[in-house]
Amino acid sequence: MSPLTLIFILPLAAALLILIIPRNFRFVIRCVALLATFLSMLAAVHMFSTYDGRAAARGYQFVEQHQWAPSLGISYHVGVDGINLGLILMGAVVLFAATAVSWSIKTREKQYYILLLLMGGGILGAFASLDLFFFYFFHELALVPTFIMIGVWGKGEQKNYATFQITLYLSLGALLVLIGLIGIYLQLPAPLRTFDIVGLTQYFKAHPMQPGPQRWIFPTLLLGFGILVSLWPFHTWAPLGYSSAPTGTAMVHAGVLKKFGLYGLIRIALPLMPEEAQRWVYVLSFLCLGNILYCGLVAMRQRNLNMLIGNSSVAHMGFAFLGIASLSLIGITGTVVVMVAHGFLAALTFALSGYLRDEIQTLEISQMGGLLTRLPFIGTAMIMAMLAGCGLPGFAGFPGEALVLFGNWDRSATVTALAIWGALVIGGVYMLRAIRNIWHGEKEWPQISDAPTLWRRFPYGLLLAGLILFGCFPRLLTDNIKTSVAPVVLAVGADLTEDAAQTRAQSR
Amino acid sequence: MNLSLLTLEIAVIGLALAILLIDLWTPHQLKPRLGYVAVAGLLVILAVSFLGVGGGPAATGFDGMFVQDGLALFFKRLFLISAVFVVLMGVEFGGRIAMGIGEFYTVILLALAGMMFAASANDFVMVFVALEMISISFYVLVSFHRSRMHSLEAGVKYLILSALSAAVLVFGIALIFGAANRTGFAALNADGARLAGDKVFWLGMLLVLFGLAFKIASFPLQMWAPDVYQGAPTPVTAFLAMGSKAAGFVLVLRVLFAAAPALAAHWDKLLILAAAITILYGNLCAIPQRNLKRLLGYSSIANAGYLLLGVASLNADGSAAVLYYLAGYLFTLAVAFAVICIVTRESDDIASLAGLSQRSPFLAVSMTLAMVSLAGIPPLAGFLGKFLLLRAVIERAALNPAYLWLAGVAIIGVVISLYYYFGVIRTVYWSKEPADLSPIVVSLPMKISLGVCIAAMLYLGIFPGRVLTSATEAVKALKF
Repeated sequence: MSPLTLIFILPLAAALLILIIPRNFRFVIRCVALLATFLSMLAAVHMFSTYDGRAAARGYQFVEQHQWAPSLGISYHVGVDGINLGLILMGAVVLFAATAVSWSIKTREKQYYILLLLMGGGILGAFASLDLFFFYFFHELALVPTFIMIGVWGKGEQKNYATFQITLYLSLGALLVLIGLIGIYLQLPAPLRTFDIVGLTQYFKAHPMQPGPQRWIFPTLLLGFGILVSLWPFHTWAPLGYSSAPTGTAMVHAGVLKKFGLYGLIRIALPLMPEEAQRWVYVLSFLCLGNILYCGLVAMRQRNLNMLIGNSSVAHMGFAFLGIASLSLIGITGTVVVMVAHGFLAALTFALSGYLRDEIQTLEISQMGGLLTRLPFIGTAMIMAMLAGCGLPGFAGFPGEALVLFGNWDRSATVTALAIWGALVIGGVYMLRAIRNIWHGEKEWPQISDAPTLWRRFPYGLLLAGLILFGCFPRLLTDNIKTSVAPVVLAVGADLTEDAAQTRAQSR
Repeated sequence: MNLSLLTLEIAVIGLALAILLIDLWTPHQLKPRLGYVAVAGLLVILAVSFLGVGGGPAATGFDGMFVQDGLALFFKRLFLISAVFVVLMGVEFGGRIAMGIGEFYTVILLALAGMMFAASANDFVMVFVALEMISISFYVLVSFHRSRMHSLEAGVKYLILSALSAAVLVFGIALIFGAANRTGFAALNADGARLAGDKVFWLGMLLVLFGLAFKIASFPLQMWAPDVYQGAPTPVTAFLAMGSKAAGFVLVLRVLFAAAPALAAHWDKLLILAAAITILYGNLCAIPQRNLKRLLGYSSIANAGYLLLGVASLNADGSAAVLYYLAGYLFTLAVAFAVICIVTRESDDIASLAGLSQRSPFLAVSMTLAMVSLAGIPPLAGFLGKFLLLRAVIERAALNPAYLWLAGVAIIGVVISLYYYFGVIRTVYWSKEPADLSPIVVSLPMKISLGVCIAAMLYLGIFPGRVLTSATEAVKALKF
């Protein structure tokens, strides 16, 4: 069995196992969930470290394929290349961390862990799948528990509205994606029809898709994936949804699930429909300015910490889209790095804000202040996370955002300049202001306590370690990503070589 | 005349009469148990249907009025399976029926025989006879709660509207006969090119479809479904949703694609419109419902709309998807109605499910899975059914962009439906006012049947290969 199968089967199997454990055995339930996610994380680390970077150009590794519904052209097919390698590692780590910080859930634990494991196992399966049907199938499997979890364990006054909104937006986005994916599948002549991503890519390389179908399939996919990744102006579900969600759900969704749309764009939409991609990236580059600037400004006005983090998370998605819109090797490589970095970052910030809410019962920034003296560990971790959110070098976000901006300079210097402004100035303002208002100050907090044991600190440390590791050694990611992104960029018809950029510059 | 073609139907009718006779010599308190006799008989007939008796290559009897082909056999098995679950629910429900439980089983079996004839109908006369056999049985079944106003009201509504639709159907058949001078599907198809241009034939077909719209509860004759679903005894509601609807669909498929494929090819716009309106009507009206059976009535309208997507695709993939969807729908509804049957007593309000997760975790999980499957979420049967239907519709989009809009309407419908299906799940697990927390004991036969249905839902959702192949084989009897 491929380690990939193991990585997502473990959480799903644990969910089934918990189903038959009586609900009074709370400790057993939690142990099963922790063990499964821990083993899944170990498998992911093992896969990451044994991935052969030199053989990457030859295609997917750790491949496993079985026939499933031959009459429909569906097979169970998993594999990794540089693009989903880092994502799966990040997803497995975040899932473990989310399970570990869920000790604060005291009601209906059994159902909570079942849903959390379904969510995590589902999305890891989606990232591992090389078959469009399972790609969608696993994402849908992960998506629905999200809604239920927000509806049941959610917090805050606007919980019901948030559930309603997130369900509506994300279901619609997912179904649009489904229509687009079926549309792609039907472009093949009947006897050759397959949902296999490898097969589809090869077929469309030899027989480019007709402009007619491209014209509706690409926008459908862009809209569907865009809604799932909170592309401006379809982002309004995200801040409210995350601030109402229970901590574990927000971590897995903001960290991992949301990357599904970006992954789909890079893996499917760009290489299969290059002509339409070329046309739509202009629109996309302006929409992602909406994310970076508009949502950044909105984040500045927030009075609630979770809403601030939620909006800043939406703003970060702007950089990911910007890299895709550059259609360049550097830019898209940057996008993948941003996806991995943001996964750790979003999970970490939501985990910490969840801790904070459990301790002080509020997340209104105006009621906080002076917390650092009582919460040295949590506070330090949060300040590091916030600085990472501003794009401080040394954290994984920095190489990602830098690559995106480099990649985009050639296409449009104005957009790049505005994006830099959004990242450095707007991001800096709200993050630094939040740090001052929350952690510094005179206020006394006699009642609260820091994460006491090493075990309680472990999940936060793990996520921070991920941020710092890939921040200091981005090559661990970028070498593999570059090899795998190259065919995508080639398919879109952009020039690969760095010389080409120089020639263009000289000819101006 | 080859009577062996009718083995299954004869066996079902024989079983019905046998139950009626045994009922005479059975002491009153044992009468509900007669259902187990019926179930055993049905299971034997089902097994026989797989042994190839009455099967084999497609064959016709009664001068071509009756056809036994793959399509007929597929539906007959569906009907037999749904009757098994309905009779089991009847046993569970038996205590609540004041008198005549033996007749209750008999009439269910007669309705089943009608559905099986409908699956084999190859002539408009046969269509009418089969439909009347179903309808008249249901007039009795729907109002079986003779002491309850709701049940009688539902019976009257069903009677009037069903009679109306039958009248329209007969009028349509008369026009068809007037235009073509024959009523056999094969003969009509052979003359298809000439008849497609004949306005009288055209109108006749339209009226026939109008009449069939009643059976499948689709626009424009969908109004009865919520009222009748709410008022009828729960096993009967289940049979209406699982059996009667499927019988309507096999007739729609036969009438469109066996009798008049040449005409059907021109009716894409009509079918698109009917499907779109049915989906939106069913889903939008389901939102405010508080009564569980009424909710499932509207959901049944919405599902008729989804199934019409497959019909409107006018291709083999679409019809195969209809068959697959109906198979998944059967098991899903069998679970939902079985839970309703066991749990609800006085009222069928959604609130009566409150606290079910504590009263019986097994029933709670069953109901949740049924709702999740209805909402079309993997890995259950409903997801794959909707996937196949959407695939068929989008396949047609290359010829007519209107199909893309239809797919759009369908996904809007699916998004809306999440709201009310999740509402039910929410009540099961997280309702605030659980009034009654007494544990519910589920009888062994019910446990087994629920387990079988859940396994089937998962099987159809995760391993579609075999059933899909047989559905694809079955629709080879049709022409597109």
